[in-house]
Amino acid sequence: MLKIENLHVRVAGKEILKGISLEVRAGEMHAIMGPNGAGKSTLGNVLAGREGYEVTQGTVEYNGSNLLELEPEERAAEGVFLAFQYPVEIPGVNNTYFLRTALNAQRKRRGEAELDSMQFLKRVREKLAVLQLKDELLHRGVNEGFSGGEKKRNEIFQMALLEPNLAILDETDSGLDIDALKMVADGVNAMRAPQRAFLVITHYQRLLDYIVPDFVHVLADGRIVESGDKTLAHKLEEHGYAWIAERKLAGAA
Amino acid sequence: MASALLESLLDEDALRAAEAGVPAAAAAARHASAHAVLRDGLPRARDEAWKYTSLRALEQRRYANGDVDVATRAVDAGAFKLPGIDGARLVFVNGAFRADLSTLPVLDGLVTSFADDGAASLPLARDRDADSAESRAEAFVRLNVALAGPGLVLRVAAGVHIDEPVHLVFAGAAAEADVAWQLHALIEIGAGASLRLIEHHVAASANAHLGNLVAHYALAAGARLDLVQIQDAAAATTLIRRNGFRIDSDAMLSMHTIEAGAQTMRHDLCVDLAGRGARFVSRGVFALRGRQHADTHLVVTHAARDTASDIAWRGVADQRARGVFHGAITVAQGADGADAQLSNKNLLLSPQAEIDTQPALEIYADEVKAAHGATVGQLDERALFYLRSRGIPLDIARRVLVGAFCNAMFADLAPTPLRAHLEALLATRLPQAGAAA
Repeated sequence: MLKIENLHVRVAGKEILKGISLEVRAGEMHAIMGPNGAGKSTLGNVLAGREGYEVTQGTVEYNGSNLLELEPEERAAEGVFLAFQYPVEIPGVNNTYFLRTALNAQRKRRGEAELDSMQFLKRVREKLAVLQLKDELLHRGVNEGFSGGEKKRNEIFQMALLEPNLAILDETDSGLDIDALKMVADGVNAMRAPQRAFLVITHYQRLLDYIVPDFVHVLADGRIVESGDKTLAHKLEEHGYAWIAERKLAGAA
Repeated sequence: MASALLESLLDEDALRAAEAGVPAAAAAARHASAHAVLRDGLPRARDEAWKYTSLRALEQRRYANGDVDVATRAVDAGAFKLPGIDGARLVFVNGAFRADLSTLPVLDGLVTSFADDGAASLPLARDRDADSAESRAEAFVRLNVALAGPGLVLRVAAGVHIDEPVHLVFAGAAAEADVAWQLHALIEIGAGASLRLIEHHVAASANAHLGNLVAHYALAAGARLDLVQIQDAAAATTLIRRNGFRIDSDAMLSMHTIEAGAQTMRHDLCVDLAGRGARFVSRGVFALRGRQHADTHLVVTHAARDTASDIAWRGVADQRARGVFHGAITVAQGADGADAQLSNKNLLLSPQAEIDTQPALEIYADEVKAAHGATVGQLDERALFYLRSRGIPLDIARRVLVGAFCNAMFADLAPTPLRAHLEALLATRLPQAGAAA
């Protein structure tokens, strides 16, 4: 589904990603772990199409076509979803209106029929229940006055509603208490499906107790320095990221 | 030497006609005003209050003085009908009252009449030193005094509440020549009375007229005025408005304003919080594109104790449009306990657009709560990306964000069909789908 080869990305003149290669197949759950400043969020943003990220080298193939050529809204319609580390508050834009506009814009681009408000609301209610979000949040502005936890749950709620093929979760666990973390994990697990892949970016192993990954990659200084199965996350938790740096040094020697 | 504009309007025949058949005092006021404006001319670019609005192009133009055939102008009611507004309606076409299009109010305690003494009775016509910026700033009021036909007078008796909005329509209709019209209005709201009023500028057909409207409002003690101003004049028009408000003790003026139409627009709002506890709330939006120029000039004076002003305006300029917002608040000596809040936020949607904003606060009293701020910026890239990342195309995302930015100014209006109309009107003035980013 997603094939990243030798990806180099520069932000504000500084090279942040220094040759990442990663393949994600449908149905897989990949976790990207790493210390602060390793380039984890850059990877998520560049995949979603944010401006200001200059790809200097490498390719990103998504379902056989060049992902980097697509506008952000085109990527969304193709099924790419980024759960933001810092969801943006947009006062005055009603949440329901926003979601319906987004869903129908995607459907239109894919040549599917747009949902009328009855069909849309039915779908909304189903997904809200999973994340235990209050109806009332729908009537507010997008993320307006939401607590930190509500914002993160709202991201997962949007994911549930938009049903992407490739979901990228950028530190969705940060700032969540244990109850909210479980809700987010339940939301993600409910969506696991053979046709859908996940890229879960996190700093801590904690989330991976609830969302069990098939693969764990460690990103440090713009490169993937270690890949393994879920046990790698536990090793990291035990030894810390310094352990990776030491192993790198040992490997280089 | 008088400009082409003044020559075309203030010729001897016009002046004789204006002075004929009116009371002697009014004739004298018309004469003096015409003389003063011919002597001092229009405001110049170096006059501080007109720094951002050049009148040089206007000065070179010639207009017909009023529209003699106004009664024959076809005006479709669809041009000015507002959803949910079906009460009293007074329609002026090219500055002249059209009874056939109007529905006069039949309400106890509301008196509508037309004063034929020109604008001489308006407290706004002031004597100034000759050849000064202050004197030139009065030019349009003077033109109005010199030439205006019968003025509108609306009076609400003390204690009477007029809940159904009175709809004032100012429609421009195409004529054989471009018309300059002058109109004045006097609106008085008695003690403890209330009035809802809509001031609505529309195009009945494409035209390049010059409109000059001078209105004076007097709110007696404890009165309340809810005023909605919708300016959607024809795209080629020049519209000059001065609204003066005197607000007595515990009276309240609440305004919502949209400036969307006209080629060149100047709107002076002079608010005098004259009595203790007088309050003024203003929410406004200007949404401009093409080569539109809109200059909103707000001057608020807190002259008494415990007075409050709360002003929030937003502006959007696209393409080569230019917006100007001047908000000046003065808290006079002795006006302790005053609360003055002014905010003006603006969005530039194109590199060629320009917005100039000047908040100004002068405080001469001791105990005052005051805050003012102004910003000019661009659309929030983070918000734009957030919307796009969910599949919303760039052009729609831009419209959604600009719409939300503007509509926030109407959030405190009840969600009526009128509010929906205001939001829909704004939506037509925001960047269109397919327009260049």
